[in-house]
Amino acid sequence: MSLQTPLGRVLGLGAAKEGVQHWWVQRLTSVALVPLSIWFVVSLLALPSLDHATVAAWLRQSWSALLLILLVLTASWHSQLGVRVVVEDYVHDTGLRTVLLALLTFAHVLLAAAAVLAVLRVALGGALL
Amino acid sequence: MPTRPLSPHLSVYRMSRYTLATSILNRFTGVALSVGLLLLTYWLMALAAGAASYARALALLSGGAAKLVYAALIVSFCYHLAAGIRHLVWDTGRGLERAQARRSTWLLVVATVAMTLAIGYFAWLAGGRTP
Repeated sequence: MSLQTPLGRVLGLGAAKEGVQHWWVQRLTSVALVPLSIWFVVSLLALPSLDHATVAAWLRQSWSALLLILLVLTASWHSQLGVRVVVEDYVHDTGLRTVLLALLTFAHVLLAAAAVLAVLRVALGGALL
Repeated sequence: MPTRPLSPHLSVYRMSRYTLATSILNRFTGVALSVGLLLLTYWLMALAAGAASYARALALLSGGAAKLVYAALIVSFCYHLAAGIRHLVWDTGRGLERAQARRSTWLLVVATVAMTLAIGYFAWLAGGRTP
């Protein structure tokens, strides 16, 4: 008896070789998030105040905007992968699960894009946007 | 749901075991940090919209209830960071023996408490500037 699924037999392709993709990207993003998140927390704590002028001036420094954009993108990706597993584990209704997963993916992309746009607007100071 | 017996058979596990507690806490703090990401984005958008809207957002983001949220987020960050590094070590095949895992659980608790206290000290006690 073949262990291939009927679809796999028909297509004759076997496994898609993407079984560890989710696991691997979750690890890659977590490795990147260790220095990025520590940098962010330390930078926030090092700011003399959290008023508009101080935070905006910090974001206009050469490395802040770049690292913050990387942090937001990586954290959104990591969060999307994590929340996806939570929904897959606890939401058993197929229809509801599919809709929820789609909505959560959209929400994460929206969040990442909005945060990157905000950082760019501050960092470039209205010069380009 | 099919009627045949399905894994995981949750009732056969002792729910008080540290392995289960540390695992579910990592998931729980991860979801909390996803909510934190939402707050971070809102804060950045307010910052980009100008000083007036930033002041309005900061008024919304400060106060007693907000402090509780920040405290929860700080604990979640510290725990998820330490537990995540522990997971990365496990992924290399190290530290999986029962005695080692029990030791690293204590290390996880100590690291979380120490980092939380350090961040809390600098955020609220040293300068007292955080909302």
